Amino acid sequence: MELLRFLTCGSVDDGKSTLIGRLLYDTQAIQADQLEALERSREHSGEERVNLALLTDGLRAEREQGITIDVAYKYFSTPRRKFIIADTPGHVQYTRNMVTGASTAHLALLLLDARSGIVEQTRRHAYIAALLGIRHLVLCVNKMDLVDYSESEFQTIRQQFAAVSEALGLPDVLAIPIVAVDGENIASRSSRMPWYQGPALLEHLETVELQDEESLKAARLPVQYVLRPQSAEYRDYRAFAGRIAGGAFRPGDAVVVLPAGIASTVESVDFSGSELAEARAPQSIALRLADDIDAGRGAMIAEAARPPVVSQEFQARICWMSEQRLVPGSRFLLQHTTRRVRAVVRSIDSTVDLHALRDGPGSEELRLNDLGAVTIRCSEPLCFDAYAENRRTGSFILIDERSNNTEAAGMIVEGL
Amino acid sequence: MGRSLSSLDLLEAESIHILREAAAQFERPALLFSGGKDSICMVHLARKAFFPAAFPFPLLHIDTGHNFPEALEFRDALVRESGARLLVRLVQASIDRGTAREEAGKFPSRNAIQAVTLLEAIEELRLDCCLGGGRRDEEKARAKERVFSVRNEFGEWDPKLQRPELWSNYNGRVHPGENVRVFPLSNWTELDVWMYIQREGIAVPSLYFTHKRQVIRRDGQLFPISEFVRIDPGDEVEERSVRFRTVGDMTCTAAVESNAQDLDDIIRENLSSGITERGARLDDRRSETAMEDRKRSGYF
Repeated sequence: MELLRFLTCGSVDDGKSTLIGRLLYDTQAIQADQLEALERSREHSGEERVNLALLTDGLRAEREQGITIDVAYKYFSTPRRKFIIADTPGHVQYTRNMVTGASTAHLALLLLDARSGIVEQTRRHAYIAALLGIRHLVLCVNKMDLVDYSESEFQTIRQQFAAVSEALGLPDVLAIPIVAVDGENIASRSSRMPWYQGPALLEHLETVELQDEESLKAARLPVQYVLRPQSAEYRDYRAFAGRIAGGAFRPGDAVVVLPAGIASTVESVDFSGSELAEARAPQSIALRLADDIDAGRGAMIAEAARPPVVSQEFQARICWMSEQRLVPGSRFLLQHTTRRVRAVVRSIDSTVDLHALRDGPGSEELRLNDLGAVTIRCSEPLCFDAYAENRRTGSFILIDERSNNTEAAGMIVEGL
Repeated sequence: MGRSLSSLDLLEAESIHILREAAAQFERPALLFSGGKDSICMVHLARKAFFPAAFPFPLLHIDTGHNFPEALEFRDALVRESGARLLVRLVQASIDRGTAREEAGKFPSRNAIQAVTLLEAIEELRLDCCLGGGRRDEEKARAKERVFSVRNEFGEWDPKLQRPELWSNYNGRVHPGENVRVFPLSNWTELDVWMYIQREGIAVPSLYFTHKRQVIRRDGQLFPISEFVRIDPGDEVEERSVRFRTVGDMTCTAAVESNAQDLDDIIRENLSSGITERGARLDDRRSETAMEDRKRSGYF
């Protein structure tokens, strides 16, 4: 069965947790004991109806404040597909958590309230979805009951959003009018909005095309671990274990081991005692090479004909995730695939203007949740692709060496 | 080029990646092994991840002393067969030392004080990483936890201070005394685990299949009779055909009535079951945020 990972985003109180609760409810992913617990909560609080949002807001502070603080991952399946939902918070101060949820998603559900239409958070979240390379976006126009199921209200929002998605270059956008709390247009088409001719949300999630693009990309294997068994049976065995970050590997393929730049050939693609005819992204395998090459964790084995960029300096877009502000000259540990190197942010070249949806001028600082473009120099060369080409070999994180916290998410634009 | 990989293949590839990251990023990792299906799956994945080499970390069993005998037999057989290194640390030893205190009441559970022994083991063995079989589908606090979950020197989890976890870039850097709980099965569901066990032909303890057992009713649930359960006058002991969906401690794991003889039956039952696996864990029913509260105090 296929697996689709998606995230939900949108402003606070637009009904994200309720929508997820509804999806879980309609796909029978909620069990009797969970429903009983919800019913106990309802009785205890004296509310009129069961609060489906409590299924996802599991932390004490979230229940106390009635908001979502952190990303929650939820699971459900239908006979056609399995799904992993990243439920991300809507509050501005938790934007970094939306970036977190978006980094592993194929599709984004962007919710908004039909009464208020497109707001700043809608643009911000659409921008982040585009920035993180999410190809499919569903604009869920929620609370249609509060605008009398009006087609014209829906069409106005849809058209306004078309300008946003065009500016951002989002390739696939579908707008659906919904009522999350009642399940209108969620699992099945709503009779209250007969004017809507498109698919119900669940139907779209089940059928949206999942292109197997990763395997068409240039072959990449960041070396994670070197397998050298000490047993008599495998005395001379030496294999480079890792998760394929792009493309495919077959025995006989011409490869180059970077950053050393040594050419070799794939002798075998090994997995748990079997030799495979082919393995492709994102499989975890081990490669044996024809030549005895000195390489360890952090090296990259790449297709010889289409090698990655090797450079010590590059431009990247980052989402700043720390309470401490970022200023030019700040030093970090940079973690890229299986490598950790020292890095300095040389300059902040532009900051994102979320109103105009384009790059604004450079700046002397980035603050929590700011998005910007920076120039970074590393202590050693990295082997990378542009993020637009490959999400795995084009992404990195910045780690503060004193606190050990992850301070930024980075997407490489180009080598310098 | 073929179609997308199946969901089980994707989950397997992700878990192997996580296991290898843990082995590479930490000095002294250990795999927390309980004898339950999730930790058995982890051992299987670890063997695949490092084959033909042995996996580079020991198994650590925090033994409550209230185990099902079947689970211990299974554990020892698995260790013999796989050649894994097994470390056992006893909750009873913590009680004897006076660092842990037994719960009072009719149904005392050692589940919570397991955390004391775990933290003592982490300190003694200087572990910087504990691989756990926790899954996000188990419980709503778990659903919020990262794959690499940083704990302070008291083993505490602070959900507000979690590191953002981006792409598959796991940040395992910690200060001395801190450690990271790593959950390779985070994205698996209970059904995924059973389907994987079936696909891979993995052996599991007999407790998971239906058998006749003496039980006692408590809060509408069936509890296995053992030397650790106090039988009072008026308590009704019955013999039922039951199995366990989750194998924890005998004092806190409820049985379910079932006719599941094999993995096909278990998977079918799983698909049509009305309650979650954690519904059979009494400790989770103690309050709305029972799991979060235990994790905050060092539970894995």
